[in-house]
Amino acid sequence: MNKKLVSLVAAVFMFATNAGAVDFSGKTVEWLIPFSPGGGSDKWSRFYAPMLSKALPGNPNVVVNNCPGGGGTTCTNKFSTMKNGDGLTIYGDSGSVKFPYLLGDKRVRYEYKDWSKTIVLATPTGGVAYTSSKFYKSKADFKKLQGVSLKFGSNGATSLDLIPLLAFEMLGLQVKPVFGMKGRGPSRVAFERGETTIDYQTTSSYKSKVTPMVKEGKAVPLFTWGVVNSSGTIERDPTFPNLPHWAEYYESVQGKKPSGPAFRVWKAFLTAGFSSQKMVFLPTGTDPAIVKAYRDAFVKVTKSDEFKKTRNKRLGVYNQVTGSGVEGILKAAMIVPADDLKWLKNFVTTKYGVKF
Amino acid sequence: MLDSLLSAFVLIFSGEHFLYLLLGVFLGIFVGILPGLGGIVGFSVLMPFIYGMDPVSALAMLIGLIAVVPTSDTFTSVLMGIPGSTASQATVLDGFSLAKKGQGARALGAAFSASLFGGLFGAVILTLIVIIAKPIILFFGSAELFMLGILGISMVGVLSGDSLIKGFLACGLGLLLGSIGSAPATGEWRLAFDYYYLYDGLKVVTIGLAAFAVPEICDLLRKNKTIALKKEPLGKGWMQGLRDTVKEKWIVLRCSALGCLVGILPGLGGSVVDWIAYGHVVQTSKDKSQFGKGDIRGVIAPESANNAKEGGGLVPTLLFGIPGSGSMAVFLGGLTLLGIEPGPGLITGDLQFVYVMVWSLALANVIGAGTCFFLSGKVAHITRIPYGILAPFMIMIICFAAFQVTRSVNDIFILVVLGAFCTLMKNFNWPRPALLIGFVLSDTLETYLYQAVQFYDFKFLLKPGVIVIFLITIFSVYLGSNMSKKKKVTLKYTVKDLFKFNAQNVFLFIILAFFAASAYDSFQHQLMGGIFPGSVSVIMLSLFTYVLFFNNKLLATMINTTFTTKDTKDLFKAFSWIVLLVVLSSIFGFIIAIVAFFIALMKNKTTLSMVKILILTGCGISTIITLSYFMVLDFPPGLLQHFVKLPWPFK
Repeated sequence: MNKKLVSLVAAVFMFATNAGAVDFSGKTVEWLIPFSPGGGSDKWSRFYAPMLSKALPGNPNVVVNNCPGGGGTTCTNKFSTMKNGDGLTIYGDSGSVKFPYLLGDKRVRYEYKDWSKTIVLATPTGGVAYTSSKFYKSKADFKKLQGVSLKFGSNGATSLDLIPLLAFEMLGLQVKPVFGMKGRGPSRVAFERGETTIDYQTTSSYKSKVTPMVKEGKAVPLFTWGVVNSSGTIERDPTFPNLPHWAEYYESVQGKKPSGPAFRVWKAFLTAGFSSQKMVFLPTGTDPAIVKAYRDAFVKVTKSDEFKKTRNKRLGVYNQVTGSGVEGILKAAMIVPADDLKWLKNFVTTKYGVKF
Repeated sequence: MLDSLLSAFVLIFSGEHFLYLLLGVFLGIFVGILPGLGGIVGFSVLMPFIYGMDPVSALAMLIGLIAVVPTSDTFTSVLMGIPGSTASQATVLDGFSLAKKGQGARALGAAFSASLFGGLFGAVILTLIVIIAKPIILFFGSAELFMLGILGISMVGVLSGDSLIKGFLACGLGLLLGSIGSAPATGEWRLAFDYYYLYDGLKVVTIGLAAFAVPEICDLLRKNKTIALKKEPLGKGWMQGLRDTVKEKWIVLRCSALGCLVGILPGLGGSVVDWIAYGHVVQTSKDKSQFGKGDIRGVIAPESANNAKEGGGLVPTLLFGIPGSGSMAVFLGGLTLLGIEPGPGLITGDLQFVYVMVWSLALANVIGAGTCFFLSGKVAHITRIPYGILAPFMIMIICFAAFQVTRSVNDIFILVVLGAFCTLMKNFNWPRPALLIGFVLSDTLETYLYQAVQFYDFKFLLKPGVIVIFLITIFSVYLGSNMSKKKKVTLKYTVKDLFKFNAQNVFLFIILAFFAASAYDSFQHQLMGGIFPGSVSVIMLSLFTYVLFFNNKLLATMINTTFTTKDTKDLFKAFSWIVLLVVLSSIFGFIIAIVAFFIALMKNKTTLSMVKILILTGCGISTIITLSYFMVLDFPPGLLQHFVKLPWPFK
């Protein structure tokens, strides 16, 4: 009752000050997440949902609706058919939805370009590669590491693991992937068990679960993926300022800067898979005023005390991209030159036998 | 350790913590009773409230929820033959048979008391083991898990009923159905025929409903009576059930330990546990004649195991942050929202939180089982409702449960196709448990075999853990083998009879064709993608061809001779009701379809007045709509919704 009254007063106030402004009082915003509850995207959306509710005009109820299936493609296809949204349905993607799009998976019927004007948030994340201390203590041991046959637990060659696979390949490491891992968690346990000898984890699980292994002297970090900023340069991961990013590491062990199609395509996929991993969209053709209301709301969220207090633990120290700059990030993430893509597909097919 | 244990106990009872525990428990009972809904849906309902909550209250609530789901899911398994969740599929076998004999309350009493013990056992194990469990979990690598999968498969021997060959073939079918979708080694899509729905593979919920619920409903629709046939005093049996559990205390203890172990090992998955416990109790029992026909031990075993599993399942979740089952995955998500990061740090730093979970688990089991006990006498009366009235509700529940998989009409299409197949299996006496065992272990076997070979070559077979599990497998097969009484073959059924046109022959040829199609499909893939389904289907194909065309004696043992043309017609009529609902939903969407379906079915099967029919329909539909509203569920749309925009819940 009280809440209703407050929102009513707020609504009247809003109406009085700015006639025709966007107002969601008494409404429910449905946030589509194309993955199961409990996964990374789910946690991310549930972290944002209550704060978004407070920041949107009229304080609508924001509910997360999980619609898993087809590796995220089913729900994304469904969302892509929605046009001229009323701001009551929003959608959150993930790197695992972008990769099938970039690689031309036949289940994909969505087009990222449709959402170039309706993107409202981009959340980066990062990852750290590490190996066993049995044959690697520091960078000086790199040559030794190159001589060892390494095993890497992977979900599949077209998943986000494409980033580490390409990264190891360019460094000239002999890495044999063992596919069929059910996520990064089991891969990490396989490393602890000694079944694999090289692995990577995303930021939060590296911090909580690999750091103890590093302290015990079992694991040694190699490099982070780094973060691709909006001008396209790779920077050190702000969560791990003392670790070199991959390109730095490459330069120091190979004596030259990385280049060529492998590196270009790696950087593009890194941007899509990590540096702007999770994005929030409104349906294509949504009224610019509604889009602006959302962007403003996310700016407001990221400036709030509640957000500042908890974000490091939930999202890492990465810079959340919103406001008007967010359109540029989508372009950077989703454009891969046709030739480079052809090179990549050919590489994945010949090396790991994946047919496209 | 002891003071954290005590202070955690005090903590639970201080302030509002206990109230939240109760809230979790009651929500758990509720979602557990509804088939298809389980811990995952319950969590999704609670998740929005978790953020910012006091961690102790939130933990109590979340644990309360998971702890009781495997207890309350027993209601529908026993009383309606619909598996309440994937953890109580095996309970259906004997539980529902008991209900049909009018002993529903006894079965429930036994199930709840066994659940209670199992749950408490799980809590004790969690307390004792969580500090030292790390080496245990690390010991079970891909090689050992593969061998455990083989141990599971060896249960097929005792779950085959009267014909081992049928059990073997059914298990093969299960393995192949389980291999549909993306291959673990190469990511290729197998047996999907470019039908995108199959790219994700089939889900155990769907298989469970198709294997048990659909055939039962068809049977009951044919007979159109009440579920419990004999006039026995329903409400009093639960004390008897309690006494049964006490009498079979060693089974309860063994199966609880088994459940705990399966829970502790991440990678086997929660849906195996009831089958392993069931198989174990059949193997170790002297008199096996009543299993599947209403042996109380067949209820006690899976129920003690599936509750004990939750305590065990928390061990890898808390220690490594890797969930052993779907609901644990969501629980893990809840923990992060609370700011509790699972991992070794939790055990050394925040042991108190762990013990809050232990106490919540124990208390929730006591409260949950107590409540279910209290309800069981009353709820058992469901089995006395005329089937014409109960059937539309049950079919609605089954469809609703099936929708939870992807919330599209495809879920029911698949359910109906598989349901039809399993209905035939039931009528021709093919063992459906063997199919289920194959299905739930298919992925485990393939993935871990592939990984073990990649990690260790075939030398993995010499690892001490693998050898020990292999010896246990041999021993358990030996235990089970002194049963198989040879069925007397009286009737001659020869190759010639195979080519007469009747339902049974068509069914046999469908199976043959499926093996052939699967073999063909496997050769379209790369070696590592196709080798597992390829080997299984080639073996099955050769075996089945041999039995069908070259060995009349074996062929005759496979045929159900009591099945007549009239049965075919009746079955067809009963099944067409379910088909009707699917057709209606794909045209008008689920909600409009179910209204029409309720009215049509009750009009046809009962003598109720139109007013009463409408009232009952209204009750059914409004329940499901209210439920869906609070759980943010949409109903699958049909063709109509494609053209006309309708408001929720019709959209």
